[in-house]
Amino acid sequence: MYEGRGPFPGEAAPMWAPFEKRLAAARIALLSSAGLYIKGRQTSFDLEREQTHPEWGDPSWRSIPANANAADIAAAHLHINDEDIRSDPEIALPMRLLAELVAEGEVGSATAEHLSVMGYQDRSLEGWQKETAPALIAKLRDLQADGLILAPA
Amino acid sequence: MMPAVAEERRAPRIVGVEFPYGHAFGMPGNRKMQRQVLELALRVLAGAKDFSTRLDIDIEWPVPLRDAYRAWQPKEASPIVRKLLEARRPA
Repeated sequence: MYEGRGPFPGEAAPMWAPFEKRLAAARIALLSSAGLYIKGRQTSFDLEREQTHPEWGDPSWRSIPANANAADIAAAHLHINDEDIRSDPEIALPMRLLAELVAEGEVGSATAEHLSVMGYQDRSLEGWQKETAPALIAKLRDLQADGLILAPA
Repeated sequence: MMPAVAEERRAPRIVGVEFPYGHAFGMPGNRKMQRQVLELALRVLAGAKDFSTRLDIDIEWPVPLRDAYRAWQPKEASPIVRKLLEARRPA
């Protein structure tokens, strides 16, 4: 839906932040757009509204504890087959692998929580620009993340 | 993942993986593949010196393209795809 449209108005200029720490001393966060949430503790992304408003996508986000059990992670995304994600959430949000790299000393630490959004969004991205992105940035600052790996679904 | 879209969206650092949608880090259960992708992403994050650095991972998806394309599709068409298909249907 967004491919081939070029940069959005006002977003053509390069955005760059140097990564100043050594990876072995940095705290890393992960963000997936696979619509992940914790079953029984968090609400699903709103797929019912998308069914009745096909051009709308839920702009909310979820915080996924880094120690969450894979079996507790669910996915809400109408644009992909989520069977493989449900069988192994690491293909979308590799929290355990990141923890391994921390244990091996390759990465300094992982944030206590990682982030999840649902990748299909309203074309204007208005909700994202005004609310979701600022909230995610504030959360990442709270988590003291030095770097973020964004993983589109 | 979708490196061309990431370039259009002006992502400052990009790891290109030609994997099916929903599989940013690889195949389920394949820790080696998942780790290769995550390690490359971390190296690009920490090591890139300039805007629009892009590295494509050298892993071929181990499933024929046609089968992989079918596999990532949702079982039911998404609402927007249904709407577009209905709009194309002759009256």
